[in-house]
Amino acid sequence: MAEKIMLLGTRKGLVTYRKNAGGKWTYSNTQFLGIPVSMATFDGNTGTWWAMLDHGHWGCKLHRSVDGKVWQELEAPKFPDGEEIKDGVPAVTKYLWAFSNGGKDRKGVIYIGTEPGGLFKSQDNGDSFELVRGLWDHPSRKEQWFGGGRDTPGIHSIIVDPDDFNHMYVAISVAGVFETKDGGQTWDPKNKGLHADFLPDPSSEIGQDPHLVVTCKNDTRVMWQQNHCGIYRSENGGQDWVDISQKEGPANFGFAIAAHETDPQVAWVIPGISDEIRVAVDQSLCVCRTDDGGKTWTDFRSGLPQEDAFDIVYRHALDITGDSLAFGTTTGNLYLSDNQGEKWELLNANLPMIHSVEFAEV
Amino acid sequence: MPVVKFTSNLKRFYPDLRPMSVSGRTVASVLEEVNASHSGIKDYIVDENGSLRKHVNIFIGNDLIRDRERLNDALSEDDEVYIMQALSGG
Repeated sequence: MAEKIMLLGTRKGLVTYRKNAGGKWTYSNTQFLGIPVSMATFDGNTGTWWAMLDHGHWGCKLHRSVDGKVWQELEAPKFPDGEEIKDGVPAVTKYLWAFSNGGKDRKGVIYIGTEPGGLFKSQDNGDSFELVRGLWDHPSRKEQWFGGGRDTPGIHSIIVDPDDFNHMYVAISVAGVFETKDGGQTWDPKNKGLHADFLPDPSSEIGQDPHLVVTCKNDTRVMWQQNHCGIYRSENGGQDWVDISQKEGPANFGFAIAAHETDPQVAWVIPGISDEIRVAVDQSLCVCRTDDGGKTWTDFRSGLPQEDAFDIVYRHALDITGDSLAFGTTTGNLYLSDNQGEKWELLNANLPMIHSVEFAEV
Repeated sequence: MPVVKFTSNLKRFYPDLRPMSVSGRTVASVLEEVNASHSGIKDYIVDENGSLRKHVNIFIGNDLIRDRERLNDALSEDDEVYIMQALSGG
């Protein structure tokens, strides 16, 4: 019988929680103790656990496992000789920041997004990787992509259309959203309607700063985007984006966003204060949900700290399964809701900084 | 022959790592030699361009190597090479 688990990529290892027979989430174990895990994920296509490590000293590493206990180190994606971030600046993989399988029924095809902006594809479940040249060679890359919070551009979102594996999106901080319809050979920017207030031309097609892009699983033309400059939604597969930020409310700046799995009108964000400050809004933690496609937002605070809170939630640290949501914060708090985000329970207040949270069934 | 010694921090990933006598006469060639017996260790020390990782230091005797990009520093018969982790972070 499938077991429900929660994978946490943290600054000090991969932490696993398990849902016990009584329905309670309990701590299970920590792998890679002391090593920063930029992302931990499970690929149901192959039953493979993945850990992307960010050794401070020894570079980023990729590990896989069939049981979450015994791990195998693989050669992490590398740029071919001579590739450059910009003229004269050699391309070196700095951070493994996004993962997706290649679509249902494509066992062993996986994609990994990296800083400095390379998308890598494996067709042998990670034994080898190739750079997706169509994106790397995009004419905008060298001159118009740049680093945001990180030194160089990073791919943090990879979306493969469940109905057509040749149709994909990536989102890059800082460059924007790109779409391919031919399996990665050609890519087009999809940033119409976004407004980058840090650019001389805020409506520029390139240079937007999506923090995370997700889709409704039931209606993948509906896309949601937490952006550096607000929250956006698209009903036509990213052809047009509409600003749905709550101008006078907390739902504005943040990193994480989660889409309801079946209802394309519903999504959640966890707001913070932008730029130099980066703490919970009013130092009071809340989760905001829209039930009407972003026309209105409701903030839910039950079970969350309402004073002296410093928590920010990173882009991959909010996940959803059914009516349950979980998020982990920069200050090591792990929260769970079993009622669509309306009430929250603190599962652990003593974890390291949390980079990623993912529900899985293994 | 030159001898290469390693920071104990690398033993977490390569538990059987011991000081090694090597025949190479540049740091780069020595690293290839070490990698041949400890597959993948090179990726812990240099990036894909062969440049020394930011927080790794290599000494020849008491002297830091000069060429962190190509590791072309020359070695003599009696040299000891130390592959060390620079201290940083918390």
